This record gives sequence, structure tokens and C-alpha cells, in this order.
Amino acid sequence: MMRLPMFDLRAPRTTDEAARILAGEGANAMLLAGGTDLLPNMKRRQQVPRTLVSLRNIGTLKQSQFNPAGARLGACVTLTEIAEDPRFRNGYSALWQAAAQVATSHIRNMATLGGNICLDTRCSYYDQNYEWRKSISFCMKKDGEVCWTAPGSERCMAVSSTDTAPALIALGARVLLRSGAEVREVLLSDLYQNDGMNYMLRQPGEIVEEVRLPALHGWKSAYWKLRRRGSFDFPVMSVAAAARLSPAGVVEEARIVLGAVASRPLPADEAAKSLVGRPLTEETIAEAAAQAARLAKPLDNTDFDMSWRKKVTTAFVTYALRDLRGDDMTSVNLSLGRHIL
Amino acid sequence: MATQPVEAQKTAHIRIDLNGEMTDVSFAPYKTLLEVLREDLGHTGTKHGCELGECGACAVILDGKPVLSCLVLAQECDGRKVVTIEGLTADGQLHPLQEAFGDHGGSQCGYCTPGMIVTAKALLDQNPNPTHEQIREALSGNLCRCTGYLQIFDAVENAIVEISKRNAAAK
Amino acid sequence: MPREKDLPKRASRDPKRSGDDLRVIGAARRRVDSRGKVTGQPIYADDISLPRMAHCKLLRSPHPHARIRSIDTSRASAHPGVYLVLTGKDMPIEYGILPVSQDETALATDHVRHVGDPVAAVIAREELTAFEALDLIDVDYEVLATISSPEEALATPEPRLHTYGEEGNIHKRVSFEFGDVNVGFAEADEVFEDLFFYQGSTHLAMEQHASVAAKDRDGKLTLWTSTQVPHYLHRSLAKVLGMPTGHIRVIATPCGGGFGGKSDPMNHELIVSKAALMLDRPVKISLTREEVFYCHRGRHPVLMKFKAGVKKDGTLTALDLQTLVDGGGYGSFGVASTFYTGALQTTAYHLPRYKFRACRTFTNKPPCGPKRGHGTPQPRFGQEVQMDKIAERLNIDPAELRLRTAVKPNELTANFLQLGTVGLSECIERVVAMSGWKDKFRKLPEGRGVGLACSCYLTGAGLSIYWNQMPHSGILLKLDRGGGVTLQAGTTEIGQGSDDVLSAIVAEILGINTADIRVYSGDTDLGPVDLGSYSSRVTLMAGNAAVQAAERAKAMLAEVVAERLEVPPEYLVFANNHVFDPGAAEKKLTFPEAICLAEAKFGTIGTAGSYWPPKMPAAKYKGGGVGTSPTYTYSAAIVEVEVDPNTGWLRVVNVWNTHDLGRALNPTLALGQVEGSIYMGLGEALMEEQDFRRLPKKLSHALVHKAPSMLDYKSLTSLDMPPVYTEFVEGPDPRGPFGAKEVGQGPMLPIAPAVANAVFDAVGVRIDEVPITPEKILKALAEKKAGRAPRFGPKHFPQIQWPEPLRVPPPWEGGDGRAINDTPKPPKPAAKVEKVLSR
Repeated sequence: MMRLPMFDLRAPRTTDEAARILAGEGANAMLLAGGTDLLPNMKRRQQVPRTLVSLRNIGTLKQSQFNPAGARLGACVTLTEIAEDPRFRNGYSALWQAAAQVATSHIRNMATLGGNICLDTRCSYYDQNYEWRKSISFCMKKDGEVCWTAPGSERCMAVSSTDTAPALIALGARVLLRSGAEVREVLLSDLYQNDGMNYMLRQPGEIVEEVRLPALHGWKSAYWKLRRRGSFDFPVMSVAAAARLSPAGVVEEARIVLGAVASRPLPADEAAKSLVGRPLTEETIAEAAAQAARLAKPLDNTDFDMSWRKKVTTAFVTYALRDLRGDDMTSVNLSLGRHIL
Repeated sequence: MATQPVEAQKTAHIRIDLNGEMTDVSFAPYKTLLEVLREDLGHTGTKHGCELGECGACAVILDGKPVLSCLVLAQECDGRKVVTIEGLTADGQLHPLQEAFGDHGGSQCGYCTPGMIVTAKALLDQNPNPTHEQIREALSGNLCRCTGYLQIFDAVENAIVEISKRNAAAK
Repeated sequence: MPREKDLPKRASRDPKRSGDDLRVIGAARRRVDSRGKVTGQPIYADDISLPRMAHCKLLRSPHPHARIRSIDTSRASAHPGVYLVLTGKDMPIEYGILPVSQDETALATDHVRHVGDPVAAVIAREELTAFEALDLIDVDYEVLATISSPEEALATPEPRLHTYGEEGNIHKRVSFEFGDVNVGFAEADEVFEDLFFYQGSTHLAMEQHASVAAKDRDGKLTLWTSTQVPHYLHRSLAKVLGMPTGHIRVIATPCGGGFGGKSDPMNHELIVSKAALMLDRPVKISLTREEVFYCHRGRHPVLMKFKAGVKKDGTLTALDLQTLVDGGGYGSFGVASTFYTGALQTTAYHLPRYKFRACRTFTNKPPCGPKRGHGTPQPRFGQEVQMDKIAERLNIDPAELRLRTAVKPNELTANFLQLGTVGLSECIERVVAMSGWKDKFRKLPEGRGVGLACSCYLTGAGLSIYWNQMPHSGILLKLDRGGGVTLQAGTTEIGQGSDDVLSAIVAEILGINTADIRVYSGDTDLGPVDLGSYSSRVTLMAGNAAVQAAERAKAMLAEVVAERLEVPPEYLVFANNHVFDPGAAEKKLTFPEAICLAEAKFGTIGTAGSYWPPKMPAAKYKGGGVGTSPTYTYSAAIVEVEVDPNTGWLRVVNVWNTHDLGRALNPTLALGQVEGSIYMGLGEALMEEQDFRRLPKKLSHALVHKAPSMLDYKSLTSLDMPPVYTEFVEGPDPRGPFGAKEVGQGPMLPIAPAVANAVFDAVGVRIDEVPITPEKILKALAEKKAGRAPRFGPKHFPQIQWPEPLRVPPPWEGGDGRAINDTPKPPKPAAKVEKVLSR
């Protein structure tokens, strides 16, 4: 049986206390929320924190509030809570679709929104046991020097594999970060950078405390995910799209975000901009889809052939925009996910 | 005299409600709920197929929800309620799901069965009358390599009928 | 109530069966071991915990190919909590499942052949301690050239992975010609040449391998382990440990899935046994999922070249088949697997002339071996897709083409396999009817399609793995005065339901219930030898032994009851826990009363039953033993798919299938075997791959498993499984117990080719390899659009230096089963008693 390495578990009751422990322990400590990402990584010795700071006992992190200005979601709200809440299903649809498609029902019962946002980047050369990684002399993300995905690369090419972050970015989410008594609020999009190792600009000692979503006010959204099987699998390409439509159906504002094709969720701003001032017709959708797909640069470090992933990006942007437009997507959904979401 | 290796020291302690029984257990602090159930509490009905959250064999019901015991730190379970496959029989009687898995070929090698049955139980506790699609979805976190799942769906659907009959009879 | 409307859907896939007045056999029953399975009660190997038990972890090679210069274990040995460190020199005796390839050592002595090959073992108080201590072992390796594919193996004779085998890195070549195929091709109206590739895959049993060994009170050894072959393991333990088998007890624990993956004696089983003997305390090992991928013994990747001659009416005139088999680092069952890549091409469609050449190479990957269908799914895929191409070109419906060429019952094939009952035509007719084939084939809208394929499989291998004249299965029955019956068998219950089937057979004959029988199986001390749960042999072979044992007990009871009731014994009926004369109601004894009478007369009532396969007189040429079987099963399947021409995305919508199983002894179990086979067939057809990653050669010699985890090795989830509609074709075979034939492997075989054929019907492209993925479909669609051959698949079959084929004239050319160009060999000793067993 695979075993965890030894660690100390700390269980603070407030974010202040958690932040203090983090500050004291520095790089030796990591936050533990649902554990569904960190514990497998620890068993594979990809991450070996000496101290785990559990967020389980911090009640404030589990709360959500909805008000006319939008929604505030505690970082430890579980993905099941999001997937089962009609306020997401019928409002922030992209987030609902993303949360409901993460892994499996068991994982969603455990995993948290904050955890999914901070999800470690993934790579076929990295998400392996200690012994396996040893047999390739490790890689730059852990214990080694080379990026085997792109041996000439200066940086790590591990893939951002969070489902919820592209959806949240498309919905214009901001996050609240706490470090000791200090709190800062940033656009979620600004928290990421395209580097597989340092994919988040979260400072050591900072805790993602809350996710803030602006009010909907006419925004519609959708999230489409590519994976081989109907469950379990991480996205290997995904598209979140959101748009504010006028009563006449003209796009007033739009955001398109690609997931799992870079080391960060990739906003396709030009593609989104191309929709503004126009209705969502097959032509405008095709134009935006082609434009967005150009950004996708999948590499050979996930499931599926990389050139195929690139090729079908257009199709997935199209699905997301049609879904957002209100098309009946049942048959595509059934075909791709093998069930109706 | 050789010193006791640190990995062997049972310095952690929790009290849990295990299948309706208050249970105290001491264990090495690095262990997950899976390991403590199997190794420190003798509840080997819960299985493991990967220990990484990729198969569903270790599913247990924790505070009413099915979770993967291989990804839950045992230390984080103090005061919580755990239901394992051993907790499904009552008064020497099998749970209708257990009866139905037996009757409809829902279990071949039996290795995924505990996780499959507790997951199905959690589903029926939450939704006594799920559709076929909801059953497929609820069990999609439990891999099975023997059955191709179809006899498992049969078993769950038959258990639902049996439970509703029993409930009707009880009224 | 919403449930009710769902029920007809369920009922519609209930296999339709023919029945008679048997009471236990043929009734859908809860299996005898189900209570344990649904309560979590069975103790699987990793559930065992014994006082003072230590834990073992293995240090495995990080290199695909290397020599070991030296190993220093001193730091690990000194680590707190470590009891023992073993290396190759502690147990250097070679072993292997086949006598012709004893090429494994439990720990590498001086040569590692794949990443994951075990090099040293640490036994410690805690498993975590053992794991941490692995890093304290210093191994000095001399890295050798990596051989990653059969093509590379053919081109790279040095360095050799093994010093035995044909030459270089060629493990085994076989070459046969049954009739002159050139004559056949000359007679043909059309000749088809097709290349196919079937990717390797692994068993992925839910239970990871685990074993516990302990020294008994009398100094003997007991090994509890998750295995399909306690008997073969028993022999290997005796050999490697240098102990008589009588001092070793192997107990096959409840097995959490096998599928062929637990059919070899495994290095970890030998290692914990050795350690337990040395430490005088129980030792457990429980492999991680990644380590299970290194044990492997799964589906061989096979490249195939099929050349077939056909007449305009679809009659086959000749087939010339070449296969190139990627064996991995060790022999395993590979020699047999190599033969199987062509042995059964004659058993489904009448083939007048057949040439078959196969070559297995060693590569630096975990060894391939037997996985469900052992060696036959690969050429079945090629043959069934080629049949579809033939039907298309000749403009004959694929079902009709197969009906025209289907073999006949009791046919002796070109390669001298003696068929038994053959339900192939009925399988085809019924699957065509139940699926609505005639309204669907070439008639569905673009993007939807149906495909048909058939198959044939063995009901138990005709030969044992080692040469001997002893039975393949044995059963002991003990009848208790109180009416209880104890059944002792060497069989291994791996989930397929063998305990239940054996109980049912005995219960039927003795007129009792399966609940009154207690089964002890899989224990080399308690049960007589059974060769193991592989090759779909247990129901037929152990079943027939159970028939014999039960009939012998019945005869003893009948004799005493006849005396007491004063009726001729042949009038007596055994049913409902009674022995009675149906003609006279008062002439009746209870089953326990009958046993007491018999025990008073004969003493303790115990009987034995044995089973030998029929002597195989037909195939007398060297290698002719592979493919022989007491009888064969047939399957037909139709798969409906949906393909998105824009992305290549593929979804299987429906599966219909029929299987000729002789008789379903317990239809619930038989259906489970069929559906499980189809599930596994779909896995291989759509996504399962034991694939490897070669790092850039300039930078690294690494060759690593691409997906050694449950997440990355893709197997179908409950959402990916389509509806399956099954009908059994029952026609009792006189060679099977109550007419039963196999059901656990055959139904898998037609699935992958049916998917490929359905994809062609849907979008007009041929995917000539598995898995059939959206990427490949999209590439083939691009070829089609560009006006090139609308196909994805291998383009080249390498030149192989084939030996002169053994020429065996087929029966219709007056052949007697001997090769006409074989060098005569000395006759085998008549009754060579097994050495190990006689010690």
C-alpha cells in the first residue's frame, strides 16, 4: 500500500491562526483542505511538507453568501455543495458545470473550491511515483533539472488542470487572500502565471480565503470539458465562456477562457472581443472559436494526442458558445460525457 | 535493544462513531482513515486499489457522504461518523442492497463490492428513488473490472424496489 | 411507480435460455459465496495480519536495461526497524511458468530487463520503514542499450536480454503450413492483404497483488497469496526454495480479479516465502498499483499481416498470417501466446489451406503473458476486420458471408483441431435478429453505424503446462452423517464463480441444495491438484471431475438405499434432499439417512473424481498441442456506434451479442461473464493501453510506462459502459458437465473488431488497430478527404527470417496430423513421473 510520509498536522480554528502557522513554517508547511490533490502528491513524494495546516476547523471558510452584489464563496465550500446548489446551476452555470464534472462524486464530496483553484499543475512526467520519476532522473518540477515535455525549455510545462478556475475567470471572479492580518483582493485571472512550477502568484503564507463573484445581470455562461471517460479524468482541454447579452441577443461583453492547454487558465480575450456588438450566430461563434483555438498550445504531457487536442479546441469553444446561447446540447453532452450532466 | 522506529509509534488518537459504535483508536499519525480502519481497527472489509483516489474501492460513508478513505487523514476524523461495509447488516440481516448484489450478480471477485455498496447506500439514503441515469452517475467513481457494471445497476434497481416494498409494508 | 417502467429494459437483456427439468443446474441462483462478498467478510491476502508480521518492499530497477555491477545493502540493513535485506544472490534459482522459459529469478542476480524489475527486498517492522529504507540500498549499474520495440529487437541482436531463445533478441519463431497456400491464392478470385496492430493492455484487477508467508509450527511453509495458479506456484516455490512440495502449502486467498494477471508464479511470492523462512516470522507484501503494472503478464502487442484468398461467393481458399509479438523482458507464457496468435484462425470459418508464422521478441518492458483471450484477440481482430473488408468488396452482407463459411460441428480443422458442438451459425442468426441488423447495416445516417464480428475460443487448454500424464483436475467429496457435503478442490475462485458451479453440479447429482455443500478450494494441502483458473478450463475440467466424484458417491448411496427400499438402484431418484422411487411414494429415505446407511456398510464416505482431457490424437506435429481443447465456444456480436465526423469522437451506443456456451449452469454467473467480457473487450477497443514512453535517445536511455496508475490507464467507468443485450445459444456439448462450455473469455473476442467494423459503417474509414481512438478516426477521415486510402493503421511489416515451415497436409489432403518435413525425434518416455511431486 502507498503510504504518506511522516508529517505534523496543525488544526487552527481561524484563518489568522492558520496564516501565522504558515508564516512561521515557511516553505515546510502546506495547507490541507479536501486533501484530494495534496495527499496523492504526498504519497508519490511529489510534495513532502513537514507540516500540514488543516483548514477543516475554520468555520468561516465553509460559508457562502449570495447578495445583490454577487456571491461570496468560502474557500472550503466543497465541489458537491456547488454542484448541488441550484443557485449555481441556474445562475453561474459555468461554475456549476465545472464543479459537477470534477473527478468523481466521492472526490467532489471532499474537494474544495479553494483547493481546486490552487490545484497543482499536472504533467505525465511529474504525476508519478517516486520510483517512476527516479527512472527518468526526475524533472525540474521536483528533484530534477529537465522539463521532459520540452527538454529545451527554461520553464516547467506542467498543465493547469483545474476545472473551476477557467469557469470562475470567465465569470469575473476575484479572490480574497489573507496573510496574517493583511487581506488583499485580486482578480483570479491575475493570480496565475504561465509557469508550471510557479503557476500561482500566491505568496508563501497567503491563504485563499474567499472567492467573490460579481452579480449576474444578464451574464450567461458555460463550461465544456474534454476528457476520455465520463468520470475521474482531469480536463485535458476545456473551455469556459461567459457573455452578457442584450435583450435582443447582442453580445455586450464576453469572456472566453481555455483550460488545460497551458500552465495557467488562458483567457482568449481577442476571441471574446470579436463577439462584442454582434449576436451569437454560427458565423460569429465560428470566428471566435477559430481565434480562441489559435491560442491553445497543448503539449505531449496529458492524455490524448496533443495535435488532436489542439484541433478539437475549436469544436469545444463552439459547444460552449452554443450552450451559452441556449441551444439544446443534450446529444453532444451525451456523446462526450456519456451522460446528461 | 533496537529502538522502536518512529513510523511505528501510535501517538495519534481519535474517537469515532464506527458503524454506530463509539470507538477509540491509537495509530501512527501519518495514517489515512483507510489504514486505520484496516490495520488498527481490524475492519478489512474496506478495500484499496490505488490509494490515490483513482478507483473508489476504499469508499466509506463519512458524516453521511461517500468519500475515499485513502484520502482522509485519520487524525481529521475525531468525533465523526463512519459507516463501512461492515455496518450495513443489521440484526443479522443483510441490507437490501447486499441481498440484491447477491441475487443479481452485482459482485464477482468482490473486491470493488464494499465501496460500490456503501456508495449505493449513500445514494439511496439521499434519494430513495433515483433514475437509472442517477445510479450510473452515482457509481461512476467506483471502478469494477469484472461485471461491466450492468448487473450492479440491476442489483441497485432491485434493491430500490425491495426497500420501497419494505417501507410500504412497514406503513 | 417509476421503477416499474425500468424493469422491461432489464428484462429484455435477460438471456433467453432453453431449459429442462434440472433443479439446480440452469436456475439463476445467488452464488454460494455471495454472502461474504457483499458483507466485506472474505479475507483477501492483504487483509491477513498475523502476530509478529513483518512487511516487505522491493527495490526495483530504475533502468530499462542494465547489468548490476554491485549492490551495497549495509545502510539499509542498519536502518532502525529493518529486519532483513535480500538480493539476487539469496535466491538465484531460475523459474518461470513454462518449462521452456525458466528465465526469471526472484531478484535480479546481475541483469535487469525492464524498469520495475526487482533488485532487492527490504523486510521491516513497518511497511513505511521498508519503503524509506529502499533508498538506502546502493546499486551500481552498467546501463545497456534500450530495446523498446519488436522492430528494434529484430534490428538489435546485441546486447541480448537472454542467452536462450532463437537468436539475438528473438525469443521464439514458429512456422507452419497446412496445405499449399499458393495453390489457394491461385484459385482465389480476390486476394486481400491487410496489416493490423493490436496494442498491449493489462488486466488491472481491482485487487493489487498481495502475499503473506509464514513458517508453520512444524517448520513447513504456508503462503497465502492472490493467485490463479496455486499448483504451478507450488512447483516454483519448491524449485526456488529447494524444498519438497509436501513441505509447502499454498493457499489461494479470495482473489480480487485475475483475468490472467495472476497466472504466473510471481517474484514477490517467492521473496516473502524466503524471507519468512529466514526470519522465522510472517512476512507480508502488498504491491502498489504501479508495481502491478510491472508484474503485468498482459496482452502482447501484436503486429499482423493477413493475406487471404477468396472466391466470389466468399469461400476462403487460403490464409497466410504473419505475426510479430512484443514479449517484454521475460518468457512468461509467451511461447504459448505466440502459438495462440494463429492457432484459432481455422476454428470459426472453414479454411482449406493455412500458413502461419509468428515471432516473439524480447524488449525492455514488463513481460507480456496471458490476458483474457490469451493471444487470440489480436488475430481475431485482424481476421474479423478483414472479413468485413471482404464482405464489402464482394458485396455480400457480413453476416451472410460468415454464415456461408462457418465451420461445421465436429469438424477437424486444417491444423488438426478437433471441434465439438458449434453454435456459430445460430449465434449469427440470433444476433442479427435481435439487433435489427438488416434495418441498420449501411442504412443508418452518416455518423451512426453497426458492425458485426464473431469468435471462437477454447474450453480449457488440451495440454498441461508441463508434460505429465496425470489428470488436469481433481475433486474430493466427503459426505457427513448429518447430510453435509464437503467438496475439496484445487480450483481457484477468482470471482468467476467456480465454487458455485462445482457446488451446483454436486447438488444436482446428489439431489441436495448448494447451501448444504461446503467448498474448500485453492488450497494445495486440502484439495487435489487442479491446474488453475486459466484458459476457461475450470467449469469443464473440474466440473467433469465433480460429476465423477458425485456420481461415485451417488452410486454408493443408491446401492444401500436400493437394498433398504427393495427397489433396483436404477429406479432411484436423488432430489429435494431425498432418495426415492418416484413410482412408489412410500419408498423414500432422507439424504442423511442414506449417508448413514452407506457409512454403516462402506465406512467413511469419501469419493474422488478426476478429469483428463480427451487424448489429442489428431495433431501430431510439433506445436500441435496449442489450440487443442475438449470443445470450443462461439460468439457473435453487433456493436452500434456514433462518430462525430468533426472531431472523431466515438461513442458505443449499443452492444448485442450471442454466445454458444453449451449450457448456462448458473445463468446469473454466465451473464456476468458475458457482460464482463464485453466490458473488457470495449476497454481494449476504445482506450486501454499498456504503452511506454521513450525519452529522447540523445538525452536518456529511459523507457517508462506511460500510465502506471488507475487514473492514467483508462478503463471504462459505469458511465462509459453501453447497454448490452445478451442471448445464450444453448446446445449441450457432450464433453461438458451437463453440456456446459466456457463463457468467461469468448464473448470478449468479437467486440474490438465489431467496433472497428461499426466505425467503417458510420463514417467509411478503417481503423486497423486498437485502441480505436478519436485521434485515429480523425486522421483516417483526413486521409479520406484528401483522396487517399481512408484508413489508419500500420503500414509496414518487417522482414523476418522465417524458418522453413513445418508442412502438415490438412485432413482433406490426406494428412494424418504429422508434418511431412519434420526431423524425427526420440519418442517421449511413456510415463515420466513428475520429479518434484515424487520427492
